[in-house]
Amino acid sequence: MDRIPILKMGPFLLVTIQVDLYDRLALNLENDLISMVSKTGARGVLIDISAVSIVDSFMGRILGNIASMSRIMDAETVVVGMQPAVAITLVELGLTLQGVYTALDVEKGMELLRDKIGVMNDPEEDEEEPDDSND
Amino acid sequence: MILKKTRRSLMIVMTKDTMQIVREQDVVPFRNRVRELSTKIGMSLVNQTKLITAASELVRNMLKYANGGKVMLETVSKNAQSGIRLIFMDQGPGITNVQQAMQDGFSTGKSLGLGLPGAKRLVNEFDINSIPGEGTTVTIIHWKHGR
Repeated sequence: MDRIPILKMGPFLLVTIQVDLYDRLALNLENDLISMVSKTGARGVLIDISAVSIVDSFMGRILGNIASMSRIMDAETVVVGMQPAVAITLVELGLTLQGVYTALDVEKGMELLRDKIGVMNDPEEDEEEPDDSND
Repeated sequence: MILKKTRRSLMIVMTKDTMQIVREQDVVPFRNRVRELSTKIGMSLVNQTKLITAASELVRNMLKYANGGKVMLETVSKNAQSGIRLIFMDQGPGITNVQQAMQDGFSTGKSLGLGLPGAKRLVNEFDINSIPGEGTTVTIIHWKHGR
């Protein structure tokens, strides 16, 4: 069965959707993400949709679901990289993705997530080299 | 019950093609076919996205409520403007109250109820014709320049 890979990066989960999603794939992603949040105790989920050319109401609902479910599990969700044409279409369709944080790109999305959960896990007082990779 | 948003003038059908939609997996190839056709007539990316999103909503309805159906894909031309016409035909249970089904937020399934009204907002012309017990036909047209 097809699945979209989920990467763990520190306290975050990272998903890059590179293919056109059909419904089953989107539902699998929703399930997998929520179980990953639970299993890893992730504090944030970043979903990159820069390669996605079509977001219809079903896909929009999945994104909303992921955000609400993650929030209940104490994780924030940021959707990044939405194509302008997709944004225009979504709003006309009537989907405003309420409750889903968005950012322009992965970098800004990560920043937003860090802000949201107030990362204080590593002492960032100075640019000390990250000697131990202890998360 | 018929809801109309059409202009009257001579329309010429330039190409014609049919696709059967019976499984979820048919949706992606179908969307790709619509993209191909709209690219061919030089439709802008935003208009393509609107058309394909609307088509995606309608094809999902077909799968969900009627176990699939078929779509006719046409390149049409009217008043020297080209466009894409898609006709979604199913033999499902039909819609008893089309007016209600066209309202935002109404759904007999568990969806957001944006499919039909949303699709209508996204395309230039939208026509729905449903006979309870016989099936539903939805026709949409999106013009190259989106108007």
